[in-house]
Amino acid sequence: MSDLSQRPADAVVGETMPHESAALHVTGRAIYTDDLVPRTKGVLHAWPVQAPHAHARITDLRVDAAYDEPGVVRVLTADDVPGLNDSGIKHDEPIFPTEVMYHGQAVCWVLGETLEAARRGALRIEVDYEPLPALLTVKEAIAAKSFQGVMPGAGRGDVEAALAAAPHVFEGETEMAGQEQFYLETQSSLAEVDDGGQVFVQSSTQHPTETQEVVAHVLGLSSHSVTVQCLRMGGGFGGKETQANAYAAVAALGASLTGRPTRVRLTRAQDITLTGKRHGFHASWRVGFAEDGRLLALDTTLTADGGWSLDLSEPVLARAICHVDNAYWIPTVRIHGRVARTNKTSQTAFRGFGGPQGMLVIEDILGRCAPLLGVDPLDLRRRNFYAEGQETPYGQPVRQTDRAVTAWEQVMTTGDVTQRQHEIAEFNAAHPHTKRALAMTPVKFGISFNLTAFNQAGALVHVYKDGSVLINHGGTEMGQGLHTKMLQVAATALGVPLSKVRLAPTRTDKVPNTSATAASSGSDLNGAAVKHACEQINARLAEVDDGRGLPWEELVHEAYFARVPLFAAGYYRTEGLHWDASVFRGTPFKYFAYGVAAAEVEVDGFTGAYRTRRVDIVHDVGDSLSPLVDLGQIEGGFVQGAGWLTLEDLRWDTSDGEQRGRLTTQAASTYKLPSFSEMPEDFRVAMLEHAHEEGAVYGSKAVGEPPLMLAFSVREALRQACAAFGPPGVSVELPSPATPEAVYWALDAARQAAATPEPAGA
Amino acid sequence: MSEITVNGGALSLDGVAPHTTALDFLRDRGLTGAKEGCAEGECGACCVLVARPPADGSPGTEWTSVNACLISAASLADQEVVTAEGLGTPDHLHPVQREMAERGGSQCGYCTPGFVCSMAAEYYRHDRGTSPSTNGTHPAEPENGFDLHALSGNLCRCTGYRPIQDAAYALGQPPADDPFAVRRTAPAPAPRPTTLEADGAAFVRPRDLAHALELLADDGAVAVAGATDVGVEINLRGSRPALMVAVDRLDELRGLDWTGDELRIGAALSLTEIERRLAGRVPVLDELFWQFASRPIRNGATLGGNLGTGSPIGDSPPVLLALGADVVLVSPDGERRVPLADYFTGYRASVRRQGELIKEVVVPLPVAPLTAFHKIAKRRYDDISSVAVGFALDVADGIVRDAKIGLGGVAATPIRARDTEVALAGRPWTQQTVDEAAAVLATEGTPIDDQRSSARYRSAMLGQSLRKLFAESTEEVPA
Repeated sequence: MSDLSQRPADAVVGETMPHESAALHVTGRAIYTDDLVPRTKGVLHAWPVQAPHAHARITDLRVDAAYDEPGVVRVLTADDVPGLNDSGIKHDEPIFPTEVMYHGQAVCWVLGETLEAARRGALRIEVDYEPLPALLTVKEAIAAKSFQGVMPGAGRGDVEAALAAAPHVFEGETEMAGQEQFYLETQSSLAEVDDGGQVFVQSSTQHPTETQEVVAHVLGLSSHSVTVQCLRMGGGFGGKETQANAYAAVAALGASLTGRPTRVRLTRAQDITLTGKRHGFHASWRVGFAEDGRLLALDTTLTADGGWSLDLSEPVLARAICHVDNAYWIPTVRIHGRVARTNKTSQTAFRGFGGPQGMLVIEDILGRCAPLLGVDPLDLRRRNFYAEGQETPYGQPVRQTDRAVTAWEQVMTTGDVTQRQHEIAEFNAAHPHTKRALAMTPVKFGISFNLTAFNQAGALVHVYKDGSVLINHGGTEMGQGLHTKMLQVAATALGVPLSKVRLAPTRTDKVPNTSATAASSGSDLNGAAVKHACEQINARLAEVDDGRGLPWEELVHEAYFARVPLFAAGYYRTEGLHWDASVFRGTPFKYFAYGVAAAEVEVDGFTGAYRTRRVDIVHDVGDSLSPLVDLGQIEGGFVQGAGWLTLEDLRWDTSDGEQRGRLTTQAASTYKLPSFSEMPEDFRVAMLEHAHEEGAVYGSKAVGEPPLMLAFSVREALRQACAAFGPPGVSVELPSPATPEAVYWALDAARQAAATPEPAGA
Repeated sequence: MSEITVNGGALSLDGVAPHTTALDFLRDRGLTGAKEGCAEGECGACCVLVARPPADGSPGTEWTSVNACLISAASLADQEVVTAEGLGTPDHLHPVQREMAERGGSQCGYCTPGFVCSMAAEYYRHDRGTSPSTNGTHPAEPENGFDLHALSGNLCRCTGYRPIQDAAYALGQPPADDPFAVRRTAPAPAPRPTTLEADGAAFVRPRDLAHALELLADDGAVAVAGATDVGVEINLRGSRPALMVAVDRLDELRGLDWTGDELRIGAALSLTEIERRLAGRVPVLDELFWQFASRPIRNGATLGGNLGTGSPIGDSPPVLLALGADVVLVSPDGERRVPLADYFTGYRASVRRQGELIKEVVVPLPVAPLTAFHKIAKRRYDDISSVAVGFALDVADGIVRDAKIGLGGVAATPIRARDTEVALAGRPWTQQTVDEAAAVLATEGTPIDDQRSSARYRSAMLGQSLRKLFAESTEEVPA
């Protein structure tokens, strides 16, 4: 057992405790970035002018009339930028563009004494546009060969030969929609400049260091002149990994030009029309199966809909390619990937970061092919699980494959799956207008940033003379319970009660050069860094104690007078990773997180409406650092995944009319998130037991993203329920999202199949 | 000088613009617990509690959850408001707050204050646990009588809802000395005539109906009840009415009379008030209520508003059309009664004249024996219809004596399915009749493609709704 994973007997980690801010949340006292505004004097408010074209050249911009509006203080345009007019990490995202690349793109910003004044001022600004042709859908982009960034590929073996030799070969296409993060707190930033010219930006950002860097390059400053603080976020889900940067930069620019605190807080409509979302993907595939249903070969091309700029599309695509296999061994495989450039928001990180899109391809293939192979989908999936030591398509040996098997068997048993399948068959036989189905799907998700350099973290731990402890680390809190876990880690590492430890907000002047709180890595990386800092202090205190066993306060007091430093910087880098992006091979992941879900749904044959009757999950979180937090991540991730796959329906105007490119679902009234009615009516979640993770902090595993993909079970159950309306062996193509309308047409097609001869298998 | 009592203290409304929402008003004064998540009453992050007369008409006060992002601060003049900050403190958590905190009901915490307020409203409902909920749409009614629909207007992006449900179902009854429970026994603050002017606009709570009609004669005047539509226009579409006339507390618009041959429903009663006062006497309205937006919206929304905005996808018109309802319009010239079927004249247009106000809706009695409301939407709770169908069929001795069918979402206005009604009338209530009539129904209206659904699906759902009605009326369909 490694030092890192070893857990002392009286550990605070592993205790069930509420979120560290729960009492503040429920009493309305937790402060979010925009809550600072009424607590700050003289704040200016910002409002964007948004372009009404998906693609257009700006031929003239006249801002003077805005100043006639009472309360308008300043209009920000490209001319005001002292540094680089760009908010992107690839330098392809001008903040003040000369060419509009998507409908709703911000052209310039108005600052006002009130938000109302800024809004009225924005209405007065005149922009002349020369509209240009726009590509909206990924298929349009493919046809136009509109791609951006690298086009990676992974593979093993001779796919053509393997497909030629396979007894069963099928081909098809799979399309899946993106997803709006819809964090309840929209993007917000508040920037101030002090007497020394130091810029202080409070931002709802998952990546304070990058926000700092972008603000610095926009203002033409060095990083040491910019400090970014993130108090907490009202949800992030990846949507604040890069997307906060532009708005922090606008706020900082406003503050530096006016000398007044400047606030940017997007309205919901602005947020949803301006910022990036989960990538929609298109996949074309050919797949070969053995007689018994074992996968023999897969050839697939993934096209991510990147939107107007690159942002994180390349790493999202990389993770998608790395997850096409999910938990299944595919002996011969070829995966190509590319990023389409379209005139939409620049799509970005969202929980799973391409992993869900990659996995959906193989789950869609298995769900569609199972009836054609005459194999029960449950058996087909189980039969294709990895065995220990087999390698992924990118060459990483798969460890802990027994965990997928154990979780699968536990769900089968505790979920009473066989018995319920009988009951479902009986129910379906007795009900012509209502059908039920149960599906099980596994998850295998790689943990670590694909790019090795990001797998490092820092922490700062202070012990004060009275024995109280203050910790800082590089991770941000977005509701995932990272800070709760870090408090538990610090208390465990120092051997003090939780009440001794406080955690301060994330700031770039406390811990520099941090990675984004992303890729589920927050606890792994920052937890190890916090632990490392604590252990340095422990070592020094142990010398002072010299075996006497002094109480903590006494020991700390004595150490101070012995002139022993009571603070330490902790650092951690994940060992054993390597990744060669040029050949798309290596061991990018420290380990895999596993889980299995069984979902039972009921579908109304009249309308396609459905409900999730029961969900059973067994998920691998290692030895949990904080069980209530982890349970929340599993349940919440699952429901969010189900939202992506069934309900959440981003629609752009793809007509040739004047509104072409406009997002038509830009409000909570038209873009529906899961509500209480989508919660599984019976929801049973267990964490895999005996799941110690060697080499991770206190034996735990990352949990942020993997559970989202357990929701494939819902989609597959819907597919099977649709099939139950048709003749045996009917293969159902189900769009994603599987809205009630999509389900209706799918079940209607299955019903029609009863009247027509079965299509010949390929 | 007008003020609002918030968490027991007075906050002045001096200089507050008529378009300032209650949410912005509270937040500007440092009460930042309530949040803006959507600014259209969909997410509930802004929910606060308002002391109102109980919706069921009983004496005392009811803590009512409302969307502070929609209502104007001015509409709360002289009223009592409690926010999440006022319910409890970190050291002295309110029972609702304790359950939410301890069970993992908050993750990012942003939606939490709004959830806490909606949950507290249901916690304090005086008949919770004593009367069964009128709609059995969510299984497993808990022992504490908590109606989960109380939370249907609150969205959480983090938790997946299970811990929030557990928190709600774990609540007991408030202790006898709970100040909020005690407050229920005294009357709610009475509305007082108010005029607030700022920023070149005015908000007026008139003395009585005559005063309201006088004000509404002005071209720039807008009648406001729950502000569930006006508030969205202001927040999302930049509407800034010059004069807002509050009609929600006018006694003349708040009657509910059940006489021998008709049911008269005041246009300014909230949907919650109608639901609670009818108490299940019109089953098809009970099918409607839980599907009509969310509880916080229903606490403000009125039939007058729903018919007044004239949206083709309003949820009440299909049912009211099927019920053969009339609309009573009032103006300084007097009253007139118009069949709802003749009321709508075009997209968001009606026979209602400038300055005319909807006074009440009249439903003829008895209601037909076979009624139903079918709403087709992406989400079961709190969504906007793709298609909505109201049925009122008089089926006796196996024959359809009369059929009235109201449709929403398939034309520029809500419409009656006249051809289908003809296809059913006088025919035996059989699968064959239904299949033939369903084919007719699928051709009614002129549905369009939009972000909610395709025209093809809308048409298909029309036909399917009749088949479903038949199946449900003749065979057992699983709940």
